[in-house]
Amino acid sequence: MNDIPLAGTAPKAELKWVGTRGPRPDGLDKVTGRARYGADFRLPGMLVGRVLRSPHAHARIRGIDISKAAALPGVKAIVTRDDFRDMPSEFVPAGEMMVNYRDIVRNVMAREKALYEGHPVAAVAATSASIAREALSLIKVDYEVLPHVIDAAEAMRADAPLLDETMITAGVDPAPTKPSNVAKRMEFSTGDLKAGFAQADFVIERSFATKPVHQGYLEPHACLASVNEAGQAELWCTTQGHFVVRTHCAKLLDMEMSQIRVIATEIGGGFGGKTVVYLEPLALALSSKSKRPVKMVMTREEVFLSTGPTSGAHMKVKIGVRKDGKITAAEAELIYEAGAFQGSPVGPGCMCAFAPYEIENARVIGYDVISNRPKVAAYRAPGAPISEYAVECVIDELAQKLGLDPVEFRLKNGAKAGTRALYGPKFGPIGLVATLEAAKNHPHYSAPLGPNQGRGVASGFWFNIGGESCASLHINEDGSVTLMIGTPDIGGSRASMALMAAETLGIDVAHVRTLIADTDSIGYTFLTGGSRATFATGMATVDAAKAAIRQLCARAAKIWEISEDAVVWEDGHAKPAGQNAATFPPMSLAELAGKAGKTGGPISGHAEINAQGAGPSFGTHIVDVEVDKETGRVDIKRYTVIQDAGKAVHPGYVEGQFQGGAAQGVGWALNEEYVYGADGKLQNAGFLDYRMPVTSDLPMIDTVIVEIPNPAHPFGVRGVGETPIVPPMAAIANAISRAIGTRLCELPMSPPKVLKAMQAHKANGG
Amino acid sequence: MARVVLGPNLRRFTDGVDELEIDAATIQQLLAKLGALYPKLGPHLERGLAVAINGTIYQGTVLAPIPPDAEVFLLPPIEGG
Repeated sequence: MNDIPLAGTAPKAELKWVGTRGPRPDGLDKVTGRARYGADFRLPGMLVGRVLRSPHAHARIRGIDISKAAALPGVKAIVTRDDFRDMPSEFVPAGEMMVNYRDIVRNVMAREKALYEGHPVAAVAATSASIAREALSLIKVDYEVLPHVIDAAEAMRADAPLLDETMITAGVDPAPTKPSNVAKRMEFSTGDLKAGFAQADFVIERSFATKPVHQGYLEPHACLASVNEAGQAELWCTTQGHFVVRTHCAKLLDMEMSQIRVIATEIGGGFGGKTVVYLEPLALALSSKSKRPVKMVMTREEVFLSTGPTSGAHMKVKIGVRKDGKITAAEAELIYEAGAFQGSPVGPGCMCAFAPYEIENARVIGYDVISNRPKVAAYRAPGAPISEYAVECVIDELAQKLGLDPVEFRLKNGAKAGTRALYGPKFGPIGLVATLEAAKNHPHYSAPLGPNQGRGVASGFWFNIGGESCASLHINEDGSVTLMIGTPDIGGSRASMALMAAETLGIDVAHVRTLIADTDSIGYTFLTGGSRATFATGMATVDAAKAAIRQLCARAAKIWEISEDAVVWEDGHAKPAGQNAATFPPMSLAELAGKAGKTGGPISGHAEINAQGAGPSFGTHIVDVEVDKETGRVDIKRYTVIQDAGKAVHPGYVEGQFQGGAAQGVGWALNEEYVYGADGKLQNAGFLDYRMPVTSDLPMIDTVIVEIPNPAHPFGVRGVGETPIVPPMAAIANAISRAIGTRLCELPMSPPKVLKAMQAHKANGG
Repeated sequence: MARVVLGPNLRRFTDGVDELEIDAATIQQLLAKLGALYPKLGPHLERGLAVAINGTIYQGTVLAPIPPDAEVFLLPPIEGG
C-alpha cells in the first residue's frame, strides 16, 4: 500500500479535461426516474420490515412481550434488544473512525432504556406491510416512563434527569464524583487571554442559541438485506459509505466482514446523515432469522424522529478589538447537544470557531451534552456552522462599532498562509483573503439596496480531510476505460473522477465511465464525507491511471522491442523517446488496448492509498434580505457564494455544492427547527411543519470559484462540499440586523422572532 | 529534534507539560515515545489523533515522516459530513 502518496506533479498550466463542464453521468438516470435508489431494489420472496419505536422521550424498558406478534400469520421474524450482543463502553477503531459500540448498539435498538421518542424497541419482518404494522401493534412493551430533558442547558443542571447514570464528565480535573449529562469538556487556547483583552479598546460579548436542524435529504433511509443459510449476506442500502456500513454491521452482528457484501445504491442526499447505520443491522438480523430477503424503508416521520440532526447549541462569544481594527483577543464557550448518546461535533466547533482570523490570544471551551433527542449525526462541516455563526455575528457587530466595512475588517484580521490557527498548526496556502477580495470587487457588494433591505457578509472555514481510498482503472479492448471507486457519488464525484482519469491518460472523457464498486469488488474505501471524495479518491484515480500508463508504455516497448525506459506517454499516446525518438509512430491508448491480449493480457491500473494533505477551504458569502415590517418575514433577494475550491475539476458540480450549501443555510437561518412539546415529543416531524426552503424561497444563487491550488493534490483540489454551509446563517443574521437596526442572536430567525425584535427595537426608541 | 506541542486537552495527562522536544522520525515513533514518557497519555494516543507536521494535518496514518526540527501538534481527529 502506498501509505503516503507523494504530492504528485504540480498543477498543469493547461488542462484539457479538468476544469471543464462535461455532461453529468448521473443526470439522465436521475431526471428520467431510472436511477435506482435505496427503496427501488426488490428480491423474490422479499419480506417487509418495520420498526416499533418508543412513544416516550425517556423510559425504562421493563419487558418486551413479542408472543402475540410472533403468532400472527405472515410474521416471519422479530428482533429486539435480546438479538444484539451488548458491547463494552470503549472507543475502538471502525475503519478510519473511533467509535463506541456500546452506544451504537443501543441506538440501533434500545436496551435498558428508550432515550428519545422514536428510539427503536423492536423490528418485525412480515409478508406484507399491513401484517408488519399489525404485528407491531401486538408487541407489548412494559415502559416505566421517566422524567425527560430536551435542551442542553437544562440537561446540564444538577437536578436534570440523567440519561446515563454511569456518565462521568471527561476532560475535567479532578474527575467529578457524580454522574451528569455532560459527556465531555474540552478546551483550545493560545496566547494570553487576559493581556489580549487588556489591549482592546472595544469588547463585545454576546450569547447565541441555535436549534437542531435535520440534514433534510430527500431520500429516506432504505435498505434490502438478504442472508442465506450459510450466513452470507448481501445488503443494498443508501449510504455515504458502504464500507463503514459493513464494518458496523459486522461488529454489531458478530459476522466476518467477508460474509457481508454491501452495495451502495444511488443516493438521494446525505449531507453527513448517511454515515451511520440505523435500519441496516435490523434488516440483516431479520433476514438472518427468516432466511428471506428483508426490505426496510423509513417514513419521513421516522427520519425526523430517529435519525441524526445536527446539534442545537448555546454559545457565548467575546471579542476584543483595538481602534485600528486589529482583534486582540477572543473567547467562546460552546454547549452542543449530542442527542441521546455522546458525540456532538463540539470539537470541530471549537477548532473552527475563530479559524478565519489571525488572533494571538484566544480560548474556546466546549461541552458535549446528552439529552432526550435522537443522537446527532454529521451534517456538512459538522459543528463549524454553529460556532462560526456566533463568531461571525460578533465580527459584524465589531465592524459596525468601529465604523469599518465588514469585508475590510475581515481583511485586516483574516487568516493567510503562515497564520497560526487556534488549534495549533500554521496554515499553508489558503484562500480566505482571495475570497474577501473577490467579495469586495463583486458587483453584488456595491449594488444599491431597496427599502427595508439589508446586506450581510460572513466568512467560513472547514478543514477537509483525506483518508483511505482505492481505485481500479480497466482499459477495455476498444480503448474505453472503466473506473471503479469505492466512494458513493453524492455530489458529482463520478464526473470528477472521469475527468481526472481522462486528463491523466490523455483521452477524451467520453471514453471513461466511473462506477461505484461494492465492498467485495474494491479495497477498503472510507466514506464520502469530510469533503474528501474528489481529493482522496481523486488522488487514487490519478495514481491508478499512472499505473495503467506504466503498463501501456511497457506494452509499447515490447511491441517496438525497445527498453521500457525509452517510452514516454504524451497526449494519450506511447511515444519512443531518446535515441529511439521518431523511430516508431506513436501508439494510441486504443491501439495498445486492441493489442493487449496478444501482448500479455488485460491492462489495468490500481491504487490503494491513504491520502494526506487535504487543503482547508474558506468561503465568503454576501446576501441581501428584505424584511416585511408587518409580518417579520425575511425574503432572500440576492445571494453570492465565493469559495476557494483549490481547483474546480467540474465547475458545474462545484457551483452546485456552493448553491446547495447556501440553500440549506437559508433554511437553517430562517425557519428550520425541531419543536418539542412539554411531553418531550417532536411536534413537527414532517416537511409540512418542518419548514425547509423551496424554490420559491430562493433567488438564483450566484457563485464565484476562487482557485488557490492545494499543493498536495496533483490538480490542486480542495474539498468543496462542506464549507458552503458555514457562512449563510451569520451572513443572513448580519443582513437582517442591518435591515431592521437590531440584532437577533437566536436561530431560526423566523417571522415571529423577527417581528418581536422589531417591536422591541421600536419600543426602545429604535 | 521535533518540537511537539500538546493542547490543553492532552496537557492534563503530562503534568502540565505543553511543549517538548522529541527525536522521532515518524508519527509511530513519536507516539511511542510520548506514551513511554507519559503513561497516562497512552490511552488517549491510542484513541486516535490527527497530527499536524509543519502545518500539514495527517490522520489515520502512523508512517508519515517527521522532518528534523519540525513543528508538531497533536489534535483531535477530524471527521466530516
